[in-house]
Amino acid sequence: MRENGSDRRAKPGKKWRRARKEALFGFLFASPVILGYLIFVFGPLAFSLGISFTDYNILSKMSFVGLANYRSLFDGTNPFFYKSLLVTSYYVVLSVPLQVVFAFAVALLLNRSIRGKAVFRTIFFLPTMVPVVASSVIWLWLFNPDLGLLNQVLKFLHLPQSQWIFSERMAVPSLVLMSLWTVGGTMVIFLAGLQGIPKHLYEAVDVDGGTARHKLFRITVPMMTPTLFFNTVMGFIGSFQVFGQAYIMTGGGPNNATLFYSFFTYREAFESMRMGSASAISWILFVIILLLTLLIFKSSSLWVYYESEGKA
Amino acid sequence: MTGSKRAVNIVLYVVLIGGSCICLFPFFWLIRSSFMELTQIFEMPPIWVPRPFKWSNYSDALTALPFGRYFWNTLKIVVLEVSGTVLTSSLCAYAFARLNWPGRNIIFMVILSSMMMPGAVTLIPQFIGWKELGATNSIIPLTVPAWFGGGAFNVFLMRQFYGTIPKELDEAAFVDGAGYFTIYSRLMLPLTVPPLIAVGLFAFLNGWNDFMGPLIYLNDDHKFTLALGLQLFKGTYNAQWNLMMAATTVVILPAIAVFFLGQKYFVEGIVMSGLKG
Repeated sequence: MRENGSDRRAKPGKKWRRARKEALFGFLFASPVILGYLIFVFGPLAFSLGISFTDYNILSKMSFVGLANYRSLFDGTNPFFYKSLLVTSYYVVLSVPLQVVFAFAVALLLNRSIRGKAVFRTIFFLPTMVPVVASSVIWLWLFNPDLGLLNQVLKFLHLPQSQWIFSERMAVPSLVLMSLWTVGGTMVIFLAGLQGIPKHLYEAVDVDGGTARHKLFRITVPMMTPTLFFNTVMGFIGSFQVFGQAYIMTGGGPNNATLFYSFFTYREAFESMRMGSASAISWILFVIILLLTLLIFKSSSLWVYYESEGKA
Repeated sequence: MTGSKRAVNIVLYVVLIGGSCICLFPFFWLIRSSFMELTQIFEMPPIWVPRPFKWSNYSDALTALPFGRYFWNTLKIVVLEVSGTVLTSSLCAYAFARLNWPGRNIIFMVILSSMMMPGAVTLIPQFIGWKELGATNSIIPLTVPAWFGGGAFNVFLMRQFYGTIPKELDEAAFVDGAGYFTIYSRLMLPLTVPPLIAVGLFAFLNGWNDFMGPLIYLNDDHKFTLALGLQLFKGTYNAQWNLMMAATTVVILPAIAVFFLGQKYFVEGIVMSGLKG
């Protein structure tokens, strides 16, 4: 479209009028999502940065308080800030690698020529369809210390039982365990990636007399790094925002052991009605996720292989 | 050689079947418990199959709270969300994929990058905005955003699909005198039915499974969605695990049914999004 620029000016006529009409309709048809971005993403983002410097609480008039909201978070006046950061980081560090490795392993198994592949895929994907309230109720039941299935199995095996989400030490690991149940969404993305690897690469390994291990580490893993990258980034963003489980199952407890960052934000905004402070809290999360994503992006040149750049 | 291959295969199936059992077990336990007497649930060692099947758990659970109303409320929201997403995401994707206009690619990249943004950041200002407009405690905040492109992911998915349709098609229609909207509605829409179904299914599940949105925006009991209703039920009948399991089963069922109906499109939709970095 750029090259047409010169001759567009040379003979203004049908072609030029058509280009102008096309541009007009293009912009018109794209306008819902452009407006949506401005109204529901960019506008709110700017607005929330603005009110993070105020004491806005919906009910009374707001006044400018400078950095006070941020200060009271960082200097520990609000005791929950560091706690929730710690708890969330623990959850993220534990759950993201486990989810990615688990999903990748299952996808590798399902990518082989096996009977009933579609059935297995469906079964592994099924738990991701369950609404978070419902899965929380189910797992609350499984985790029940007195009557729940998990403790009964442990008892049957003569292993020590656990208080699961009702113990301060086990609460986060329990929720990570629960998150592994819904790893099917990530797995399907891996499967899609695996199906995109050209067969001739594997045939080349066969010709050279390579083993299955060669195929996995020299071909599959390198070719899958873009997908691994995508799933890691999305896993990070998702895990940092975990909310429903804490709200429904633990209420942030016991003793704030599951006071996840989103839950902390929610309490500050919708229970304490401190919108200014809550906006500051959510902006800090935004910056954290932005920095982490940038870090992963920066590091990606070291470990992500893109076909278009490769020499093969 | 063949012997070890068979051994590998056996291990493979054992692992897959074991994994499937772990995936399915919570469902089995849910349904088992939903048909039991309360006393039977608590029996040790656990009983696997309810005897007798207590169907009345379902009627008891569903009449304890107005689940019919919650179902209707949820359905209204979901239908509006799905229709908005399907219509606007495809129109926008058509503009991004097949029409030339200045700034097209850069605008697309900016919008796509919003996929990476944590929703928590925009939640509070959006809430304040709707509050100022007097639209909280209604389905407006839950449904109107879907009519603005239905989210970056869906536009992206549709755009990927549009890329696979030959450009000559639009050209021929244009020569025949068709306008851009006609090309979109008469030519493109029928050709993009599979990804539209995928987008619709994603939108359905998003709406059906949403918890935080209704939690924040809906205050009156009689406006609650199924997800909120179940949460309320859990608070009120928290010792009656059998009724709770029955209510949970009812909330899950539509999502599972929709998944089975549209399974093929789901997987295609995810494959379609390509994810090539």
